[in-house]
Amino acid sequence: MSAMGALFVRDLKLSVRIGGGALMGVLFFLIVVTIFPFAVGPDLNLLSRIGPAILWIGALLATLLSLDRLFQADQEDGTLDLLLLGEHPLELVVLVKCAAQWISTGLPLVIATPLLSLFLNIEPVGIAAVTATLMVGTPALTLIGAVGAALTVILRRGGLLLSILILPLTIPVLIFGVSAALGAVTDPAPFDTPFYILCGLSLLYLVIGPVAAAAALRSAQE
Amino acid sequence: MVPISDPAVSNQPVTLQDNQLHLSVQNLGCIRGGRPVIENISFELQGGKALVVTGPNGIGKSSLLRTLAGLVKAHAGSMMLEGGEDDLTVGQQAHYFGHTDAIKPAMTCREILKFWQVYYGHPARSPFQAMIEVGIEDLIDLPAAYLSAGQRRRLSLARLLVSTRPLWLLDEPTSALDKTSEHQLEVLMAEHLSEGGLIIAATHAPLGLVDPLRLHLDRNHTAAPEPEDAPDDETGH
Repeated sequence: MSAMGALFVRDLKLSVRIGGGALMGVLFFLIVVTIFPFAVGPDLNLLSRIGPAILWIGALLATLLSLDRLFQADQEDGTLDLLLLGEHPLELVVLVKCAAQWISTGLPLVIATPLLSLFLNIEPVGIAAVTATLMVGTPALTLIGAVGAALTVILRRGGLLLSILILPLTIPVLIFGVSAALGAVTDPAPFDTPFYILCGLSLLYLVIGPVAAAAALRSAQE
Repeated sequence: MVPISDPAVSNQPVTLQDNQLHLSVQNLGCIRGGRPVIENISFELQGGKALVVTGPNGIGKSSLLRTLAGLVKAHAGSMMLEGGEDDLTVGQQAHYFGHTDAIKPAMTCREILKFWQVYYGHPARSPFQAMIEVGIEDLIDLPAAYLSAGQRRRLSLARLLVSTRPLWLLDEPTSALDKTSEHQLEVLMAEHLSEGGLIIAATHAPLGLVDPLRLHLDRNHTAAPEPEDAPDDETGH
């Protein structure tokens, strides 16, 4: 196994063993999504119209909550120092950690989405669309979040600051994710144009995220 | 996203004796929190020799080690490991044994050591052999959460043994170790030196090293190493 493979497996193992990472994220997602109908009231048409937005907000918050420990756990016990002494660029280390993070927290949200969509009276095409947008959009959320996690790595209670730093940056992803999902169900609006832009955003953050997060981690070592 | 295999990480065991190593540090300085913590540190260290860094608390012993490891940016000076691999930094050829143990309570000792062995490449001893060397081989499949402070320290020490790196940077290596483990540490250090490796240790305690160079840091930061013994006949380069 290669060094990066070992890191990927290690991070997956840790997230499964500590606090049941995937399950907590999905439960939080479930709670957020079920709370909305209580606030909005029993208007099924309204719910199905704002359903994709609710799912996106829920996924966004669930992703953010799990992110603050991404680098902090390794920073606190000294593992990060030792990872920095590896022969691989830190950018690659960050990317691999994000991949493991997404598999353990982002992917379960995507898998839970079709079920939760039923709660919100979204029609089948809409369910497929919102699941697809979350599939390509949540990696972007994880990668943006990694930058915030790296910036707040030495702060004891960085979670709230992390959200404040990161939420504005997720707005483009949110806009195009929700508009693609709505485009699939409302007629004149297109699905593919915002969906492609969403894919583009994810690819963009795939490049920017690891570089920015690695730079932040290096400066945090000083 | 897919893990990439790196040809630079060889799976061949590496012996240090192939090249004579020579660590050369010139006028090293670093600034932390806006003030210089170490200034003008220069020394030469041949393969097979150890350097013991002493000095009062807060004088910059740990900062010196972290600067050598590349964890803290050097604001002045240079360092080079001649005879090492050219495309790697000094830190990438060093094991850093600091105050923190870098141990995940949720992983077993074997998993932890195996991970570092694969991550650092250049495998040396197997995790089990390394655990024998530090005397806690019976704990190998136990989650690290159940280890005592001294056992965690020993497990952390075993990390240095699973992959070959020529330079050992040890920051207070004897803290939390009992007499037996201290002796084991001495044996391991002597073995590393006899293979041509280098050790730089910051310490207050005597480490049982044979003829180490000494670098005493004091308030005026103009310390220079004084050889304790006649210079050895190794030429380096």
